[in-house]
Amino acid sequence: MADSNWLTEFPQLDRGELRDIRKALDSGYREFSREYGELIESFFDPLLTFLVWFEKLLLATPWSIVIIAVAGLAYWASRSWKLGLGVVISFLLIGYFGMWDNTMRTMSIILVCTFLAIALGVPIGIAMARSDRTQAIVTPALDIMQTMPAFVYLIPVVMLLGIGKIPGVIAVIIYAIPPVIRLTNLGIRLVDKDVLEAATAYGANPLQRLLGIQLPLAMPTIMAGINQTIMMALSMVVIASMIGVKGLGQPVLKSITNQYFTLGLFNGLAIVALAITFDRVSQAYAKRAQRHMGGLNND
Amino acid sequence: MTDALIKIENLYQLFGPTPKKYMGLVHEGKSKDEILAETGHTLGLKDINLSINKGEIFVIMGLSGSGKSTLIRHFNRLIDPTEGVIKVEGTDVMKLPPKELEQFRRHKMSMVFQRFGLLPHKSVLDNVAYGLQIQGVKKAEALDSAKKWLETVGLAGYEEQYPSQLSGGQQQRVGLARALCTDAEILLMDEAFSALDPLIRSEMQDQLIELQKTLHKTIIFITHDLDEALRLGDRIAILKDGEIVQQGEPEEILLNPATEYVEAFVRDVNRARALTVETVMKDPAYRITAETIKEALEQMRGFKQDYGYVINNDGYQGIVKEDTLQEAYDDDSKADLTNELIEQVDALEQDAVLESVIPTTLEAEFALPVVDTDGNMTGRLSRGTLSDVLGVRH
Ligand SMILES: Nc1ncnc2c1ncn2[C@@H]1O[C@H](COP(=O)(O)OP(=O)(O)OP(=O)(O)O)[C@@H](O)[C@H]1O
Ligand SMILES: [Mg+2]
Repeated sequence: MADSNWLTEFPQLDRGELRDIRKALDSGYREFSREYGELIESFFDPLLTFLVWFEKLLLATPWSIVIIAVAGLAYWASRSWKLGLGVVISFLLIGYFGMWDNTMRTMSIILVCTFLAIALGVPIGIAMARSDRTQAIVTPALDIMQTMPAFVYLIPVVMLLGIGKIPGVIAVIIYAIPPVIRLTNLGIRLVDKDVLEAATAYGANPLQRLLGIQLPLAMPTIMAGINQTIMMALSMVVIASMIGVKGLGQPVLKSITNQYFTLGLFNGLAIVALAITFDRVSQAYAKRAQRHMGGLNND
Repeated sequence: MTDALIKIENLYQLFGPTPKKYMGLVHEGKSKDEILAETGHTLGLKDINLSINKGEIFVIMGLSGSGKSTLIRHFNRLIDPTEGVIKVEGTDVMKLPPKELEQFRRHKMSMVFQRFGLLPHKSVLDNVAYGLQIQGVKKAEALDSAKKWLETVGLAGYEEQYPSQLSGGQQQRVGLARALCTDAEILLMDEAFSALDPLIRSEMQDQLIELQKTLHKTIIFITHDLDEALRLGDRIAILKDGEIVQQGEPEEILLNPATEYVEAFVRDVNRARALTVETVMKDPAYRITAETIKEALEQMRGFKQDYGYVINNDGYQGIVKEDTLQEAYDDDSKADLTNELIEQVDALEQDAVLESVIPTTLEAEFALPVVDTDGNMTGRLSRGTLSDVLGVRH
C-alpha cells in the first residue's frame, strides 16, 4: 500500500484485513447464537405454540364455516353485500383449485403477523409522536428496515433461530411494520392543534388526550398504515417460505425452480385474492368508523 | 380592588429558543422590532399588570398580532410566561405541579375558542359534556347537565349531530355551552364571536349579557372590535405590541383616550350606541324646590337661564319658565306654585343609550332633565352637549 498512488488507486483495505473483519464478525455472531440461541428460542416458544394452534384451528374448521365467517366479517365491516359475495366466490375458487390448505396456512400466519405488527407498531408510533428525539432515532431504523433486502436480515435470524415459523414471522414483521409505525406517528402529529389545546384547557391529562383525542382523530391515518402493513406482509409470503414457512409461498417457490408457470400463477392469484379481501375489509371498516368526520355523510 | 380574583404582575413573554438569555434587552426597554432584529426573538408580552375582579366582564382589546391570544393563554397556563406572576384567588398558578394544574383547569376556568376547538369525532352532546367527562363525573349526570346547557344556548334537538353538521354560529354556541357546563367561575373567551357574521354576533352578545345576569361569572373576553368591547365590558384593557396602553371603564377610554393609538381605535366607534345618557350629562343644576311662586322666582334669579326643573319630594315634576312665573306673580304674589304653571316635559332615563334619546333631545327647547329609576333628577342633557359628544372631536 505504501508505494501505490492513493490518488489513482482507491485506498482500500487489503484482502487479508477484510477477511479478518468478516471472520471476526461472523464467528462473534456465531458464538452469540450458540450461546443464547436456545434462550431466545425458548422466549419465542409461547408464540410458536400459538401459531401452531391457530394454523391447526383454521385447517380443522370445515371450509363452509370458514367461508361464512370470513364473508360475514367482510359484510359486517363494510355493510356491502357485493364485497361479501366477492369473498365467497374467491374462496370457493381457491378451494376448487386445490389451494385451500395452503391458503389457510398463509392466512393464519398473516393474521398473527398483522396483529403483532399493530401491537408493536402503534405504541412505537405513539412514542415517536411524543418526542422528537425518539423520532430522530426510529426514522433511520425504519428506513433501513424498508430498504435492506429481506435476504440480508434473514441470515442472522436463521442463524439464531434456525428454519421455521418463528424466523418467518420475525422476517415478515421487520419488513411489514414500518408503515404502521410511520403512519401512527404522522397521524398523531397531524391532529388539529386547536382541538388538542381545547382538551388541555379543560384539564385533560396526557392519557386522556391520547385516548380521547389523538388516537381517535389519527385513526384514519393509522388504519391506512395498518392496511399497508397487511399488504406488505402478504407480499413477504414467498420469501418467508424460503425459510420454511408453509403456505401459498411454497408452491410459488417450487414453480420458480421447476418452471411450472401455471402452478405459480394460481398460487399467486390466491395471494392476490387474500390481499384484496384484507384490503377492502380493513378500508371499508375504517371509512365506516370515520363517517361523521367528513362532515356530509356519504352513506 | 381588594377582592381581585385574578392578578397578573409584571408578566413578560419572549418567544424564541433562548428567551431567558435576552430578557436583559427587554428590561433595557428595547422595542419589539429591535429585539426581533437583534436576537430573532419575538416579544409577545411586555410588563403586563392586570387585576380582575370577581363577577366582572373584563375585555382585552387590540389589533391582530398585539398579543391578545398570547395573554389569555397565560391565565390557564396553556403558555408559560418567561417572567411574571399569575395569581388566581391568591394561588400562584405558576407554582402548581402538573396534577394540581389539571385540577385547576378542570374546576376553575373554562375556555371558548376563536376557532371553536370542538372535538370533531364526538357528538354535540358529548362535546358539551366533555369538561365533566374529563372531571370523571358519572356519564348520565354529565349528559343531563350537557342537555340542559344545550337547551340554554338554544340548540335543543341537535344533541346527536356532529360539529361539522352545524353552522359556525351553532358551533360557537356548542363551544359556549361546553364552557358553561363545567360550572367554572372564570370564563376565558378568545375572540369567541369574531368568526361569526354581524347578526349572529350581536345575538350571541345579547345571549352572553343575558346569561351573565344570572350566572355572575368572571369573564375575560378578547376582541379586536371596540363596539363589542364597549357593549360587553365592565372594564377594558387595550393592548398594543404586547403592552397595555390603557385600561379603564369604557366611558373613560372613549372620552379620554390615553394615546394616539387608543384614539385611532376610538375614532370610528359609534358613540351614540356606546355611551349612556349618564356618562355625558351635566350636573343636576337649576332645580326649583320652592312651594310658592315668590320663592320660585327668587331661586330662578340666581340661574343663568330662564327656566328651571321643579323638584319635590316625589322627585322631578316638570319644567317652569321664568316669564310664566312672572305673569302669575303679577296676578297674585302670594299664590302657590301649582301644576298649571308647570310644563310637563318628559325626563330622560340615565341608563338609556344616547342613540335612543337623540330625537327628543334635539327637538326639545330645553336641556332635558335626566332621572334615575326612582324618578330623582340626576343630571341634564342639552342639545349642545349631545352634539359636542357625538360631533367633531378635538
Ligand atoms: N409560539 C410562538 N412563537 C413565536 N411567536 C409567537 C408565538 N405565538 C405568538 N407569537 C407572536 O406573538 C405576537 C402576538 O400573537 P397573538 O397570537 O397573541 O396575537 P393576537 O393579538 O391574538 O392576534 P389575532 O387577533 O390575529 O388573533 C405575534 O407577533 C406573534 O408572531
Ligand atoms: Mg388571537
